Amino acid sequence: MAKYLARFPEGRKAAAILPGLHLVQDLVGWVPPEAMIQVAEKCQSTPERVREVATFYVMYFLQPKGKHVIDVCTNISCSLRGAEPLIEHLEQKLDVHMGDTTKDGMFTLREFECLGACGNAPVLQVDSRFHMNMTLKKADQLIEDLRKQAPKKA
Amino acid sequence: MAERLLTKNWFQPDSRSLAFYKQHGGMESLNRVLKMAPADVTAEVKKSNLRGRGGAGFPTGMKWSFVPNVEGPKYLCINADESEPGTFKDRLIIEQDPHSLMEGIAIASWALGVHTCYIYIRGEYLEQAEILEKAIEECYAAGIFGKSVLDSGWALDVYVHRGAGAYICGEETALLNSLEGWKGWPRLKPPFPAVKGLFGAPTVVNNVETINTLPTIFQMGADAYAKLGTDKSGGTKLISISGHVAKPGVYEIPMQTSFLDIIHKPEYGGGVPGGRKVKAVIPGGSSAPVLAANELDVWAEFEALKAKDNMAGSGAIVVMDESTCMVRALWRISKFYAEESCGQCTPCREGTPWMERILRKIEEGQGEPKDLTLLLSVVNSIAPYPPIGLGTTICALGDAAALPVHSFVQKFRAEFEQHINEHRCPFPHPFGILADEGVRA
Repeated sequence: MAKYLARFPEGRKAAAILPGLHLVQDLVGWVPPEAMIQVAEKCQSTPERVREVATFYVMYFLQPKGKHVIDVCTNISCSLRGAEPLIEHLEQKLDVHMGDTTKDGMFTLREFECLGACGNAPVLQVDSRFHMNMTLKKADQLIEDLRKQAPKKA
Repeated sequence: MAERLLTKNWFQPDSRSLAFYKQHGGMESLNRVLKMAPADVTAEVKKSNLRGRGGAGFPTGMKWSFVPNVEGPKYLCINADESEPGTFKDRLIIEQDPHSLMEGIAIASWALGVHTCYIYIRGEYLEQAEILEKAIEECYAAGIFGKSVLDSGWALDVYVHRGAGAYICGEETALLNSLEGWKGWPRLKPPFPAVKGLFGAPTVVNNVETINTLPTIFQMGADAYAKLGTDKSGGTKLISISGHVAKPGVYEIPMQTSFLDIIHKPEYGGGVPGGRKVKAVIPGGSSAPVLAANELDVWAEFEALKAKDNMAGSGAIVVMDESTCMVRALWRISKFYAEESCGQCTPCREGTPWMERILRKIEEGQGEPKDLTLLLSVVNSIAPYPPIGLGTTICALGDAAALPVHSFVQKFRAEFEQHINEHRCPFPHPFGILADEGVRA
């Protein structure tokens, strides 16, 4: 956090609110209300302002999310190349509706507006890493790989 | 095919490293520029006829000349908040040639008397932000950034700042608000950022591609660069083409290239797969008015499109073939603007979701004849068409949301009426079939 605060002039430390919230989310997985208060203190700002920021941007989670977040781009170029059937497939496979988290807490599935990789459509991202030129087979493989990564329950 | 000026280093192994960049003539322009007076650097950029590549196409040298010569801090902000649907050129620049952007940053900062530069990158571009961080680190280690740029005695710090998912932050004043740690609400202009920008100080906000072009301009000379383009727009241009073409991607084209060539020539889009015909093309990012198949014999360039009440925007071309349902395409686009409206101005905040709802109703076969009239009346209250750029909102997102609706309904009205009359979508696969199902091969 000190690294980010040093980037901005005196009296303007609130500019580190966005990086601060990213940091919290990387550590905790989401942005709990207490963390907003801490970010506000560090950035010489107010919890109200931090909350205003945290609720404005779609990348901050205000509630716990699944272990992996799958964002499927459904904008024009991705839709033209099959994002809609891809989503149907994922919803069925994971038994979950768009925006929700699977019962086992493994996956949160979201519809996302334009990931800026339209040349490799359809595209989805898992935990902010892009997966491009998706097919149903590749999506199946991806899910299997992610499941394998997860530690088995005792 | 155009001379590859901006993309000459692309898709070569190790093209991200400073060593590679220097081996291929990198940083020579910066050396040359540091021996010039800052005002002369700006004059050269003016002479090159470089126009901003972010969407608005404003002459870059002129933008720089608005910065007042005052004491105190000034800032350069690089706009890497690439979020306009169809646009993905900046991502490629960052991935393939980040040091060209670094050199451009140093050149621009010298010209503007800037000691601090922030690269504002969309939050989703995590890997690209990491690439930039690494390139910046290399530049600090090599004395290109830091306390004395190439031993000139002039200090320059460069930082990457990640957004967190908001299309509006690509608008330059929203970007500044977001960088300052607010939600991304656009500011009223004037004052323009050049006079009162980041932290209240004079600030230039330039797109990644614009800044990435500077080393090339100073390598070949402003006159030679200007000559490559048209009277009012110098150089070559990066376009990103996606949708129903055989070879989607980013290509460097001469300004004098028509959409027909970009779509069909083997070195660019490579034609439409499956022997289908082009039905419609979005010429410059999803906010540009759509072109019908018979309107494509026009250069994909600022002035040529402006003459047709259209816009080159960010150079993002989206091709839709004859199997595409235009109602569904427009619904997708409108859904995006409804989602991304920042909520500050009433016509945009209320109008964009209203448009989306009407379009969804029509696509689902629930539309009534009065819905088209209602749709157009909602759109007109956000921004009448034409002209472009005279909306009722603080920023251009209102215009951006309205322009596609006007043009889709104007040019493909019969399809909207068919949906309403038949109470269904007449297309078997209104929109997209995945490649591995074999239908789209």
